[in-house]
Amino acid sequence: MCSLALFPPPLPPGQTTLCESNNELLSGANNSEERQDSSPLSLHFPRESLKLHSRTESSSKAAFLDHSETLWMRSAAAWRDGGFTGLLNEVTTSHAEVPKWLSVTSGCILALLRWVSSFHGSLHPHVTLSSEDMIAEFSQVLNWPDCVVRAFSWHPHADKFAVALLDDSIKIYNPKSSISPTLKHRLQRNVAAVQWKPLCASMFAVACQNCLLVWNVDPCSLSTRPSSGCAQVLSHPGHSPVTSIAWSPSGSLLVSASPLDTAMMVWDVAAESCVPLQRVGGGGVTFLSWSPDGSHILASTPSALFRVWETRMWTCERWPCIKGRCQSGCWSPDGSRLLFTVQGEMVIYALTFSGSPGVPASMVKGPQTAVVVADLSETTFNRPDGDIIVGGEIQSLSWDPRGERLAVLLKGDPQAANRPAIIAVFKTRANPIFELLPCGFVQGEPGAEPRLMQFHPNFQHGALLTVCWSSGKITHIPFYFLSSGVSHVGLSGSPPLPHLQERPADFANQSLFTELLS
Amino acid sequence: MFFSATHCCFIRKVIWWRAAASIAWSVLLLPPTTAVFVMLSKFSFLHPIQTITDCLALLTSASSVFSVILLGGVVIMVGFLTLEYYTVIPTIACSKIALLGQLLQPRQVVNSFAHCLMGMIVGWCCAVAVGHRYETLGYPGKSSDGHPRMCLNEYHLVFLLAGAFVGFSHSLLGVIHNINYVSFHTVQQYKYLHFKGSLPLVVKCSTIQAFYAVRNFIVVYFFLGYIPKTWICKTLNLHLDSSVHPLDSIAGVVDLSLLYHLWISATFLLFTWYITLLLFRIFVTEVYSFPVQLAFTEDSHQCLPKVLTDNQPMILKFLALQDLALLSKHSPSRRREVFSLSQPGGHPHNWNTVSKECLALLTDLTQRLATYHETVATNGRAKSLSSGSERKTSSETSVTSSTEDLMSPRPAFPMKTPASVFARSIAGGPHSPLTAPFTPDLDSPFASPALRRLTAPMDQCSPWYGSVQSPHIMRRAPKLWSTSTESQVNGSPPPSPASVPSPKQEAAKPSFLAQFLQNRKEQVKSFMAKRVLIMYLLNKLPEASSQALFADSQAHIWALEALSYLVQASFTEDQFGVVQTTLPSILSSMLHLQEAVDRHFKLPHASSKPLRSTNSMEDFTYKTLRFALRATLKTAIYRITTTFGNHLKAVQMSAEHRKRLQQFLEFKE
Repeated sequence: MCSLALFPPPLPPGQTTLCESNNELLSGANNSEERQDSSPLSLHFPRESLKLHSRTESSSKAAFLDHSETLWMRSAAAWRDGGFTGLLNEVTTSHAEVPKWLSVTSGCILALLRWVSSFHGSLHPHVTLSSEDMIAEFSQVLNWPDCVVRAFSWHPHADKFAVALLDDSIKIYNPKSSISPTLKHRLQRNVAAVQWKPLCASMFAVACQNCLLVWNVDPCSLSTRPSSGCAQVLSHPGHSPVTSIAWSPSGSLLVSASPLDTAMMVWDVAAESCVPLQRVGGGGVTFLSWSPDGSHILASTPSALFRVWETRMWTCERWPCIKGRCQSGCWSPDGSRLLFTVQGEMVIYALTFSGSPGVPASMVKGPQTAVVVADLSETTFNRPDGDIIVGGEIQSLSWDPRGERLAVLLKGDPQAANRPAIIAVFKTRANPIFELLPCGFVQGEPGAEPRLMQFHPNFQHGALLTVCWSSGKITHIPFYFLSSGVSHVGLSGSPPLPHLQERPADFANQSLFTELLS
Repeated sequence: MFFSATHCCFIRKVIWWRAAASIAWSVLLLPPTTAVFVMLSKFSFLHPIQTITDCLALLTSASSVFSVILLGGVVIMVGFLTLEYYTVIPTIACSKIALLGQLLQPRQVVNSFAHCLMGMIVGWCCAVAVGHRYETLGYPGKSSDGHPRMCLNEYHLVFLLAGAFVGFSHSLLGVIHNINYVSFHTVQQYKYLHFKGSLPLVVKCSTIQAFYAVRNFIVVYFFLGYIPKTWICKTLNLHLDSSVHPLDSIAGVVDLSLLYHLWISATFLLFTWYITLLLFRIFVTEVYSFPVQLAFTEDSHQCLPKVLTDNQPMILKFLALQDLALLSKHSPSRRREVFSLSQPGGHPHNWNTVSKECLALLTDLTQRLATYHETVATNGRAKSLSSGSERKTSSETSVTSSTEDLMSPRPAFPMKTPASVFARSIAGGPHSPLTAPFTPDLDSPFASPALRRLTAPMDQCSPWYGSVQSPHIMRRAPKLWSTSTESQVNGSPPPSPASVPSPKQEAAKPSFLAQFLQNRKEQVKSFMAKRVLIMYLLNKLPEASSQALFADSQAHIWALEALSYLVQASFTEDQFGVVQTTLPSILSSMLHLQEAVDRHFKLPHASSKPLRSTNSMEDFTYKTLRFALRATLKTAIYRITTTFGNHLKAVQMSAEHRKRLQQFLEFKE
C-alpha cells in the first residue's frame, strides 16, 4: 500500500495554502496579509495581548509570611484544601504539637495511602500526572499548554464560533454583529474543549479543570461581558479534570469524560442531573465523539482500549487496541463508519457499523475487526532548499460534515526543523466503495504550526476548514467542490473562485486504499 | 363492560406484573442482605474466625429462617404499599399547612401506621439476629428482696421502638420529599445495569438516613422513653431492674455498642425498603412498546393511540407518551405506521389521534400558565407593581382569547371545541366541577388543602383536575376572586371596562353572596395575618407554586419531543402529506407555549434553582421539570425550523408568530 508519497509535495517556504478549487489546492505568497485581514472571521490573538496569570494559586502561598496558627486551625485548613491526605500530612509534619502516637499513626496511614496510590499509578500511569499535564496529554490540541487558542468551536447552525484563549477567557465571534462577548468565570480554568449545543442558539458547554460550565449567552444581548450568572456549573465529585465533552446531535444530552473517572457522565443539562455510566477497565475516559446520527459514541480510555457505546440502551462494545490508546476519532456523517488513530501507530483505522437505528440493539452486529485505511508513515519530499519529512503520529482527525474531506493533523517533531507539524487532507468517497484519495497539505506562514482544526458545520460550497495556528492566528481554508452525494439544488452551480489553470486531476485516480484491495 | 374488563386485564398485564417482578426480586435479594447485616452486627476485630462461625451458625438456625420469612413478608407489604401509593405526578404542597394537611390525610395516616408496624417487626427481627442482650423482652432477674421475677429488657424494647420510629419517620419523610414519586429517566438502561449503577447511592442514602433517624430517636427516647417503658411494664407485668442503668439517662445512652447496633439495624431496615422502592421504580418505568395499530379490533385498546387518549391510569398514559417519543426518535418502521392511512377510507387516524392528544396537552399547559399568570398578576406578588399589572392583565387576556381562537377554527378536530373538553372533564370524575372554584387558588394559602384533598381524592392519579376545565370556567373563576379582592382591599375601582374584553364583563359582576363571602374571607385574612405562627404555616413556600404548575410536565416534554421528531421525520418519510395539514397548528401551539413559558420565567422564584442533596432517595426530577420543559420546547421548535428552513414561510400563521419564527430561523432566540 502506498503512503503520503502520493501527495503533491509541500509548498516551498513563504507560500501558504489558500483554498481548494477545481480539484487542487491553491497557494499564495505570504504577503497576503491584507487579504487575510479583510475576512471578518480571520482572527489574530498575539500572545502578548493576553493577560496571563503570573502564578497559579497554589504557588502564591509561598509568597506570604509564615503563619502561627493553632494546630486546629491548620488542620481545618489542610482538611479544606487537601482533603484527608492534606490533614494527615499536616498532622505528620507538626509532630512537635500533637501526641506522638497520633503523628506516627497518621504517618503510617499516609505511607500506606502512598503505596496504594503508587500501585494504582503503576497500573494506570496517567493518574500520577497533574491535571494540567493530563489535559495536555489527552487533549486533541497539539501542544496544548503552549497554545494561545486552546479550544475552538463553530456553532452547528449559525455562522458564529467560540474561542477559548490561554488567559482562560472565551470569546464569541459573529460576523453579523460587531459585539464579541468575552466570558470569564471563576471556575473557568484550563479549558480543554468547547462545544455548542445543537438545536439551540445560545448555549455551549465548556470543559474546565474542575467542572463543566454551560454558558447561555443571549445572541441578541448587547453586553460585552455577560455575567457569570449566565453559566450553569455542572460538577460531580471525582469527575475532574474534564478533557472531553460531546453534545448529542439532538441537543438533549451532554456527555463528559475525565481521565481520572472511570465513569462517563451523561448530563441532563436543564435538570443539572447526571447518570454515571461506569465500566470496569481503562482507568478513565479521555476522548468522546458522538456520531452525527446520534446512535453511537466513541469513548477512548487512557489504556489500550476504547469503547463504542450505542445510545439507545447505553450498552458498549469493548475494542482493545494492540499498541496504545486511541488518540482521536471521527464519524462519517451517516454514523456508519468510524475512523480512529492509535497512539504510537502511523495509520488510520476504520470500523463500519451497519446497524440502522430502528433495529433493536441485540440484532445489530458490530464489525469484527478494524481495517487500515491509510498509512501515514514518514515520507521524504525533496525540495530545492532541503528535504522535508512529513508523516508520523497523528494528533487529531476531522471529517467534514458532507463526508468528502478528511483532515489529519500530524504531530511532526518539534525538535527537528525539517519535520513540521502539518495538516494532510484526504478526499473521501463512500460509494461505491470506501476510498481515501490524496488531496494535499495545508500549510500556514513560516514558523506557524497548526494546533487545532475544525470543519465548518454547514458551508454551502463544499467544506471550510478552520485552523488555529501556534502564532495565535485563526484562518479558514475553503475547499470548493460539488458534493457527489447530495443533490445540487441549493448550491451555486460552479465554484466561485477564478480558475488559475486547468490541469488534469491526476491524483484523483490513485487511491491510497480501497476495500477491494485489502 | 367487556371493554373495561379487557382494559383492566391489560393494565394488570403491564403494571401489576412489573410490580410483582420487582417485589419478587427484592424478596430474593433479602437473604444476602440479611447475611451481610448479621456479619456486620456480630463483627469483632479480635475474633474474626469466631465471628464467621457464629454467623454461619446463626444463619442456619431455625429462628433466623423464621426471621427471614417474616422480613420477606414485610418486604412484600412494603412493595404493595409502594404499588398502592406511587405516583407519576408529585403532589406539591404550596404552604406548610398544605403539607400538614397531606400528612394528616387518612390515607397517609394508614400508610404511616403500616410502616410503623412493619418497622417494629423489622426491629424485632434485628434484635433476634443480633442476639446476646437484645434477644428477649423479659429476663429472669431478682428483686431487691431476693425474689425471682421477670424483669424488662430495655435493650429489646429500644430496638422495637427504634424500628417503629424509623419506619414512621421513613413514611413521614416520604411525604415531605415525595418519595413515592416515580420519575422517568432520559437515559434508558437495561434494568440490571440501572440497578447496579444505583446501588452505591442506595447504600449511601440508607446509611446517612439511618444515622439521622437514630439520632432523632435517641433524643425522643431520652425525653419520652419512660412512657412506653412504664406502659409495657404495667401491661405485661414486668419489673424494672434497678441494678442496670435505665437507657433514658446519659449513662445509658452513651453506650457505643448499643448505638452501633441501632444504627446498623436502621441501615438494614432502610436498605431493604429502599431496594424495594428502587426496584419498583426501575421496573415500572421500563419502556413498554405499544403496537401502533393492530390487525384485529378486539385488541385495539392496547394500541398506542388508544392508550394515549385514556387518562386512567396515569402511568399508562405516561408509558404511552414515552413510547411515542422514543418511536418518533428511533424507529422509522413504527413512524411509518403513524403516518399511514387507514385501509378502507384512507384517513390518517393514527396521526390525527396522536397529534390531537399531544396538542391538547400543550394547549392545556399554555392555558394553565396563562391562568396562573393572571392570578399572580392581579392577586399575588406582582400587585405591588400596579402600573405594569394592568397592561399585563390585558395582554394576558389577549393570549387567552387567542388560544381560544386557536382552538375554535380548527376544522381538523371537531372534538376540540370547549364544550367537548368540558364534557370530558365531567366524564373524568364526578368531583371535577366541584373543584373548579378551588383550582385557581392552587397557590393561595387560603384554599384549604384538606378540603381540596377531600374533593379530589384521586388527585395523584388525575392531575388534570385543574386543567381540563372549559376555558370559560377557568377564566371566570380567578376573575371572580381577584377583581373583588382588589375592590375590597384597596378600595380601588374595578378595572375600567374599556381595557377589559367583553366576555369578562359578566364575570366582573359578582353576585351578592360571593361578595359577602369575600368580605368575611378578607376579615378572617386580616385577623389571621396578625398571628405569627399561622402566617408561618400559611406562607407560601418559594417556587413551590411554580413546581406545582409544572408537576406533570414530563408528559408535555414527551409530547413536544414526539411532535417535533415526527414533524422532522415527515420531511422525508411522510408519503401522503398527513403531517402537513397539522403543521400550522403544531407550530402555533408551540409558539403560544413558548410565549407563556417565557412570561412565566420572568416571575420571581420561577427561575431559581432548587438546592439538591444526594443523601436521600428523593427524586429531584420534578423540581427541575420546568427547566427541562423550557429547554425541550426551544429544541423542538429549532428542530422543526432547521428541518424545514425557508419552506416554513409558506405555512399560514399570524404575523406575530411569523416574526417569532423568523427569529428562530435566524438563530436569535
